Amino acid sequence: MMNNYFLILPEISLLLTGMLILFLDAFSKELGVGRKIFPMLAIIGSLLSALLSFLLIGNNETLFDIYKVDDLTAYFRILLSLILCFLVIGSHEYNDKKITHIGEYYFLLLTATVGGIVMVAGVELITMYVGLELLSFSLYVASSSLINDKQSGEASLKYVLIGGVGSAILLFGLSMIYGSAQSTFYNDIAINFLNGDFFNLEFLLVGLIFLIAGLGFKLSAVPFHMWAPDVYQGAPTPVTAFLSTSSKAAVIGLLFRLLGGPLLGVIEYWQPLIILLSVLTMIIGNLIAIQQKNIKRMLAYSSVGQIGYLLMAFVGLSSYTLSAALFHLSGYLATNLLIFIAIIIFYTKNKENSLINDFKGLANNQPFLALIISAGLFSLAGMPLLAGFFTKFILFQAIVQNGFLWIVVIAVTMSTISLYYYLQIIKQMYLFEDNDNNCVSKWNLTPSQYIASSLLFLLVIFIGIYGTPFYSFAEQSIMVLF
Amino acid sequence: MNEIDGMLLVSLFLIPLLSAVFLMLVPSRERSFIIGFTGLSSFVMFIFSLYIFLSYDFSSTDQFQGIFAIPWVSDIGIIGLNGIQLKVGIDGIAAAMILLTGIVILAGTIVSWKITYRIKDFFILLYILVAGVFGTFAMLDLFFWFLLYETALLPMYLLIGVWGSTRKEYGAMKLMMMLVAGSILIFSAIFMIFTEAQLGSFDLELLATVDYNRNFQILVFPLIAIGCGTLGAMFPFHAWSPDGHASAPTAVSMLHAGVLMKLGAFGIIRLGFQLLPEGAAYWGPGLMFLGIVAALYGAVSALKQTDLKLMTGFSSISHMGYVFLGLGTYTVIGISGAVLQMFAHGVMTALFFLLIGAMYDQSHNRDIPNFSGLATKMPVWSIFFVIAGLASLGLPGLSGFVAELHIFIGVFQAYPIIGGLAVLTAAITATYLLRMFSTMFFGPVSSKWDKLNDMTYLERVSATILALSILFLGLWPSPWIDRIADSIQIGIPGALM
Repeated sequence: MMNNYFLILPEISLLLTGMLILFLDAFSKELGVGRKIFPMLAIIGSLLSALLSFLLIGNNETLFDIYKVDDLTAYFRILLSLILCFLVIGSHEYNDKKITHIGEYYFLLLTATVGGIVMVAGVELITMYVGLELLSFSLYVASSSLINDKQSGEASLKYVLIGGVGSAILLFGLSMIYGSAQSTFYNDIAINFLNGDFFNLEFLLVGLIFLIAGLGFKLSAVPFHMWAPDVYQGAPTPVTAFLSTSSKAAVIGLLFRLLGGPLLGVIEYWQPLIILLSVLTMIIGNLIAIQQKNIKRMLAYSSVGQIGYLLMAFVGLSSYTLSAALFHLSGYLATNLLIFIAIIIFYTKNKENSLINDFKGLANNQPFLALIISAGLFSLAGMPLLAGFFTKFILFQAIVQNGFLWIVVIAVTMSTISLYYYLQIIKQMYLFEDNDNNCVSKWNLTPSQYIASSLLFLLVIFIGIYGTPFYSFAEQSIMVLF
Repeated sequence: MNEIDGMLLVSLFLIPLLSAVFLMLVPSRERSFIIGFTGLSSFVMFIFSLYIFLSYDFSSTDQFQGIFAIPWVSDIGIIGLNGIQLKVGIDGIAAAMILLTGIVILAGTIVSWKITYRIKDFFILLYILVAGVFGTFAMLDLFFWFLLYETALLPMYLLIGVWGSTRKEYGAMKLMMMLVAGSILIFSAIFMIFTEAQLGSFDLELLATVDYNRNFQILVFPLIAIGCGTLGAMFPFHAWSPDGHASAPTAVSMLHAGVLMKLGAFGIIRLGFQLLPEGAAYWGPGLMFLGIVAALYGAVSALKQTDLKLMTGFSSISHMGYVFLGLGTYTVIGISGAVLQMFAHGVMTALFFLLIGAMYDQSHNRDIPNFSGLATKMPVWSIFFVIAGLASLGLPGLSGFVAELHIFIGVFQAYPIIGGLAVLTAAITATYLLRMFSTMFFGPVSSKWDKLNDMTYLERVSATILALSILFLGLWPSPWIDRIADSIQIGIPGALM
């Protein structure tokens, strides 16, 4: 059978762009290229990848038996490529100012994106694992890219050590599942499990526990979340943004593929684990976020809490909950990216203390930035006219439909509590004057910063008012699993 | 009313929303333009709401009229065919509430023109709030109903936090958190209703046709009653209300006590009574009990207050207690009385807060014992205050009397003892108001307040609009009563005559 290599053009374009960046970086003196070329190339590469993925919607083909190109893959390709594109547009001034090895840095972001796509597209355990490690390794290195900053190094080291343990646990779980299902291909595993044909139930149970724990590390779900605040705080802010958007999205995509496919047959064994993980993640993430004084730590805990809502979708798994979760995921990613880009823009101009107090009086000094940060925070808390309300409403309704009202009640309560700590930031921006002049007064954003932030802002409002096309595409993508 | 009027209903909440978006693009130094634009916009809203109230069609036997729908989400995932639509339509209750909103926003806009600090941002947030309020009254789709209900809460934090007075950060945070916590219950109730109905649709008209299981109704009704009741300052979920009112700026207090609190009671009627009539009948006595406790508690607390705004805040709790009392009777006359009371209290309390704001802006003091002899210094102000006060204590010929009479009749039919307590509450109300009049308006003229001026012309215009509404409802209540009673008979068939 011929394999249609055109189907992996998006990944190829991302990788080739990365290689080109690395090459130009290595010979930059000889070729006389400036630092400005790298973000430009990264933007072009990611836009190209998004465009190609858009053209490839509607395919349903498996390459080499291990790599599936269907609408679910397409959805995540578009999501991840666009995240990278927006992130680079919004943060290249920041990077230019603070990061010395800029070529490598963009290369790592591109490879991380490819890794994320491979995680979702892979339909074989080892392929999936390779994608996951590609993503993780790129980010381990990228988070240390502020080489003069001790915190950045500390973050990277913590991330490597804890991520390594997580990977080891995951790998052990995968080997147990392989032992139980006697295959690493999703299709064969699905057939064996549906027929109740597992070699050994103990193997399976140990495998599932380790698998979910390992992925829990990557998702920073409670109780495997302890690395997240430190890494978020120390890593360069664009890498933090990447960690809380792309990297989480890819793991969620992997869970769609894995739990909605091969492991669906043994749902009764892993469902209690996911329930426990989801409830703990929602409650602890949101409660600890209340007392954070550091904005990056607060957002770390808040994104831990947000992961809890997404994990709920796997509690009573059906095409309804998964499509609602995918819809919610896109709204969440847009919102989170909006907030992070606004923060990156703020710290491009101001001293980076990462404290909530830094934002004092922002409504006077830079009203547009204050507006988009508050819109983002309100959206995360699920307030109306913004993406968070629409997507959460659909997600929660779908889960209630599947008979899990109690877990939704917890989620709604936690989402109310989250409003409290988001309001703390809004309070600093709007209610106080900047008396000690932490913040540069009345500065203007550059055009690229305007483009990235206002496009995302409009997207968040658009999803919040008319999310129908996104929901429809999410449903179409999820239907390939069922 | 026909479909064109339905489009008018859509435009009713699009006008403030688009005005807010438009204002964002106006430079903040264009103060006179902002004033002119908001004046025009609020006047259009007032005219539209008056037109909608007047064009209510008595010959229609449908529950809702002026229905107009745009499909929004259809046949995706959990959402069935035409599951979420932008669907508007009104009944007599909504018509009265829309008129109330139109009146209060016109008056509120006029008095807000004196704001000097970031007036543009103030109007942006105020108009988002108003869009939410109009939308909630007009919406016939549960998803959009809740979306707009929450939209009305969204700007409150900043409106109070930035433009408020005394302890504004505390008041704003407490109000926001309590109201959003109330929404948790509404959220859960909506999910349960949608799941139980199994229609895949949020269409309120469709959902109202479903015959829900009696136990289900009894379980879900309290969620709605407490969730919406939090916004309606129902005892014991009222704690946000005095602090919130005391710290809010004038126009926000007006809109909040005048209209937003009615949103809560309206939610109980729309979701509780119209979707779950058996649940409402079952919990009626409970609602009545909370209502009378709130009425008494609010009145007795108001006796103790020396801060004028706190006194009005507690008096609002007491008056909203009457609303729940009327709803709890589950009779046509009692529910009509409750809706009338919502309207009457809306205009009256808006006038109160307007007047308090007019004085506080000059004196920066709201302590009742500090004042005396104001009737000589500020005669026009005192006259308006007396009108509002007399309406509040239920003097015949003013709005409060009509409403309270209906409620008392309804209550006496059901529980004479509670009726007696309700009349006692009216007496306590008279006590604190008349005592306040005698302290503040009469007595020796204090030289401390020589610098106080009477109301400005803008304030007079705005107060006149509200005072005329009070008189109108008091002297000729039938346009209201007809519309409301008509809708209750059609919309809540279980209600006793």
